[in-house]
Amino acid sequence: MDELLWRAAAAGVGVAGLAGALGCFLVWRRMAFFGDTLSHAALLGVALGLFLNIAAPLAALGLCLGVASLFAWAERRAGLASDTLLAVIAHGSLAAGVIAVSLLSPRGGGLESLLFGELLAVGDTELLLISVVGLVVALVSARCWRDWLSIAVDEDLARIEGVAVERARLLQLLCIAALVGVAMNVVGVLLVTALLIVPPAAARALSRSPEQMAALGAVLGALAVLAGLGLSVAADTPAGPSVVAGACVLFALCHSAAALRRG
Amino acid sequence: MSAPFLLEARELSYRTGAHLILDRVSLRLHQEEILTLIGPNGAGKTTLLKLLIDLAQPSSGSVWRREGLRVGYMPQKLHIDAAMPLSAGRFLQVAERGMARVREVADEVGVGHLLQTPIAAVSGGELQRLLLARALLRDPELLLLDEPVQGVDIAGQAELYALIREVRSRHRCAVLMISHDLHVVMASTDTVLCLNRHVCCAGRPEVVSHDPAYLQLFGRQAAEQIAVYTHHHDHAHDMHGNVIGEHHHHG
Repeated sequence: MDELLWRAAAAGVGVAGLAGALGCFLVWRRMAFFGDTLSHAALLGVALGLFLNIAAPLAALGLCLGVASLFAWAERRAGLASDTLLAVIAHGSLAAGVIAVSLLSPRGGGLESLLFGELLAVGDTELLLISVVGLVVALVSARCWRDWLSIAVDEDLARIEGVAVERARLLQLLCIAALVGVAMNVVGVLLVTALLIVPPAAARALSRSPEQMAALGAVLGALAVLAGLGLSVAADTPAGPSVVAGACVLFALCHSAAALRRG
Repeated sequence: MSAPFLLEARELSYRTGAHLILDRVSLRLHQEEILTLIGPNGAGKTTLLKLLIDLAQPSSGSVWRREGLRVGYMPQKLHIDAAMPLSAGRFLQVAERGMARVREVADEVGVGHLLQTPIAAVSGGELQRLLLARALLRDPELLLLDEPVQGVDIAGQAELYALIREVRSRHRCAVLMISHDLHVVMASTDTVLCLNRHVCCAGRPEVVSHDPAYLQLFGRQAAEQIAVYTHHHDHAHDMHGNVIGEHHHHG
């Protein structure tokens, strides 16, 4: 029990911390839907992994990276707004993923754990994968932060000032995709986007610079995981949804605090 | 005198789908020259500016820039989402880490007192000055300004144009500017290029303002207003040969 909890906390805090920081870019660029697209792709990945006998987390990660690359490529060519394009990819892979999973486990038992995650069942494989992916994502993000911020402020100015915009954007999409691929284990397909959006949105209320917002987003994400786990243990609630509920409570607290401070 | 030039566009065309936005536009920009692009809405002015600095790729034609040319660009609009907490100072620091240099340039354009202010809270005129500061941080040899007085009140507009002139003579950079303010354009520009998908006419302001193609686009009344402003330039009429780009009339 104790070890189970430790593993769940380590995995959850790692993933939610990174998501809370990187999710800022989705909030700044109004790309909340990107998280949904990736998580739906991750579901399809898990299903394909079962077909092809590849470990589910790896398959999810692979499909997320694939979908992010496809999006980066199509965005410049399709002549469609990016949210339209994301909706096509998201719902396409959600439909295909649910069909595939239901074919494989007709009683639908597997589907629920995929949709809502199994934080308290995180095994050694998942924990290792989360650690490796988390470390790579953290290193790349630290290195690219300046370029990413410059692009988020204004893409044309970034380009003029010598930022390799296409490369930097692709790296950013891949980092977020990798994160979603592993975060699926923690909160499940339906709620992954919440980890990317809610903590940064909460942090916005109390931040005065982009860096503050990212750091606070990371802290709030980690806090949400701990609060959710606590609730889950104390009241036997499902862990993933409890984490997201915790994040939303933090959101309400941060924005109330900011409103009080403004008077 | 053969002034060395910084930038040359050769027969630039740009189309999106079936629409021809720009049709074989050519121009040259010399060192320290002030060139102003005028033309009706939808004439392709912003597109042309973007093509010149590689922010968009032409469908045909080519752009030559002097090697290592440092460009400062002031875009027409800035879309910073309110979800990003960004002070004016941090906005400038995106381009230049050194706070001392940021402060120096901010002071030069008169926004030194705003560095702590959230960028969402600055006025239209202040935002334009911040954009100018960001462009100047590049220590540019060429400044590209896309409607630099947009969203600024009348009194502020004159100040902003004066500031641009001042900055240009201090930094000795060339300026390529899009503007709708014909009287300002005509009074403080070396070359005017009148664009309506193709180059309608180009040359010194007092020449352009008598060009039939120009008169057709902007109307005789506007042209007469300008004649007053440029009256003291009349001696330059003999420089008709200085026209840049193709010079054809339609009607």
